[in-house]
Amino acid sequence: MSIIDPTVRGTPLIELDHVSRAFKVPGGSITAVDSVSLAIAASEALCIVGESGCGKTTTGRMLAGILRPTSGRLIYEGQDVWQKKGHDLSAFRQAVQLVHQDPYASLNPTRTVFQTLSAPIYRHKKAKGNRDATNRVRHLLDVVGLTPPDDFLSKYPHQLSGGQRQRVAIARALTVDPRVIVADEAVSMVDVSIRISLLNLLLGLRSEMGVSIVLITHDLAVARYFAREGRIGVMYLGRMVELARSEALVSDPAHPYSAALIAAIPEADPRITRSKDRVTLKTADVPSLLALPPGCTFHPRCPLAEPGLCDVLVPELLPLAGREVREVACHVAIRERQPAAELLA
Amino acid sequence: MTPILSVRDLSIDYRTSRGPVHAVRNVSFDIAKGETVAIIGESGSGKTTLAISLIRLSPRSARITKGQILYTNDRETVDIRTLPDDELRHYRWSECAMVFQAALNSFNPVINVWEQFADTGRAHGMKDTKEIHARAQELLDLVHLDPERVLKAYPHELSGGMKQRVLIALSLMLEPQLIILDEPTTALDILTQRSIIDLLGTLRKKLGFSMVFISHDLSIAAELADRMITMYAGTVVERASVTDLFYRPRHPYSVGLLRAVPRVSGAMGAVESIPGSPPDLIRLPPGCTYIPRCPLAIAACAEREPDLVPVDTPEHEARCIRWKTVAEQVGTAEVAVAEKIATA
Repeated sequence: MSIIDPTVRGTPLIELDHVSRAFKVPGGSITAVDSVSLAIAASEALCIVGESGCGKTTTGRMLAGILRPTSGRLIYEGQDVWQKKGHDLSAFRQAVQLVHQDPYASLNPTRTVFQTLSAPIYRHKKAKGNRDATNRVRHLLDVVGLTPPDDFLSKYPHQLSGGQRQRVAIARALTVDPRVIVADEAVSMVDVSIRISLLNLLLGLRSEMGVSIVLITHDLAVARYFAREGRIGVMYLGRMVELARSEALVSDPAHPYSAALIAAIPEADPRITRSKDRVTLKTADVPSLLALPPGCTFHPRCPLAEPGLCDVLVPELLPLAGREVREVACHVAIRERQPAAELLA
Repeated sequence: MTPILSVRDLSIDYRTSRGPVHAVRNVSFDIAKGETVAIIGESGSGKTTLAISLIRLSPRSARITKGQILYTNDRETVDIRTLPDDELRHYRWSECAMVFQAALNSFNPVINVWEQFADTGRAHGMKDTKEIHARAQELLDLVHLDPERVLKAYPHELSGGMKQRVLIALSLMLEPQLIILDEPTTALDILTQRSIIDLLGTLRKKLGFSMVFISHDLSIAAELADRMITMYAGTVVERASVTDLFYRPRHPYSVGLLRAVPRVSGAMGAVESIPGSPPDLIRLPPGCTYIPRCPLAIAACAEREPDLVPVDTPEHEARCIRWKTVAEQVGTAEVAVAEKIATA
């Protein structure tokens, strides 16, 4: 059972309830996501972080309703999305939008910015007549900071910088008045110098339009910045291993894997980065998704692993006693009532 | 002591239908033996163009319009720009090796790792297969890979981190004195990135080579660099020791880059993007190229492009007439710039 962040009021807007997703691959079947539960409130900012192959993109695609879970439910406003039909399903599809990593690939190169943005407006009858549609497009360009809008209406994607393209992609997501935006590595491909402004744009949509934003990223520093008023979820080999308030997660990680990640991150500060304490893992080898270890999948690498416990029982994501909003899937941290970072120190 | 590499007043243009792109403009810097220099800047700053020119691998459309690239070993000093082809072949790999950005694309996909080593060895005059094999084993061992397993593997069978390790091992094959790394850890996962950084640090200590690395990722520079060079619009705008650049930057662009990167440890501070985008390198404006994005620009900045002048110490230079104002804003404390600005 995943608790909703109690600092965010109200019932969850969208929820993953024990969703799993398997894929057939040569040599068998892999479980890319294994029983992940996540509840997101209206206007919440949440980040999902993890290394490649951890299932974060698959989780995002299931949250956006473009990939059907093998088991488990996607719940939007209290209703099971995959039981919906016709008009209801169409309403969900508009309410949840996905922004892709690569704006070079996600925008049609033969369409102008106006064509790209007006198509969904016409299709979903979001405007009355051409003039209204043009005004909406202008307004959206203004919202995403492409000003003055008239300079951009007739531009093609190749005439825009990477950052500007990603702004167009965000504007396109906004054409259908979404309640949730899932942004998969939305800033990874733009230059370091402008990443923060794109993150601020997304955060602004949250505070000004009440949109919930789920940012999927491999970069914990980006996650910390983006979710500074929200939560970060850490995934490892298909499971959510920790879900906590952003500052708690980076300053005092509860799961040994989160602790190892945070200790390993090089920082843009020579004094800090050269004096950081390391967490030494038992092995650098990441198990194959085709042959996952039993019990906790992190146990073969975990410095806290206990034989007979961690290699046998799958840990559930449970609230850590006495700590503000944090859940961790670690037998040892839960039993000791202490975050792994403190147990490792 | 003579620097191992001395780049003097180097300019490189790319020919395009719109006219020459001035990708590198009047760049000078030295690298001492055993030293690690990081070149930072955003895409389009000229850092990769500069790096590949150091081993004369620039594409045909690139033309060095002026300057020298002087390389000095125990015996002599040569200008890479004018080196005859046979000597250039020796220089590449035996004296100076390069590790490219995309580890994936640097291998021949249809031959296994052993053959990659054998090819490299033979191309550089190693005739004895047994000797190449022994060297390959020794190097893979050095980069913490299992030689038995890895030598038989094809590139697609290796993970990203393993490929990067194999590339580093390959670059060390002929004991080069200088290694150029273009974004060596970009696109690697955090734990893999950490192990590559640690590996480079250990190898440098053990083998004593010099490194130049090109990165938009400031954190890798913070880990490994002795000295730093900030490039903007094809030219060097600041040159400093790693601590001076991170804690006492004197060019507004360096300040901008430092503030653009959030950290995981310590206070977040006033993190902010740099507004605007880099200038068109075909039609460069007169004066300082950073004016449209600079919070400190004044009328005098537009008169002529500023010179690279010594700031706090003779070893620290910045191309900015407003550096004293920058100094007042960021001070001298050894605290990240974003943090200082937040508390100011």
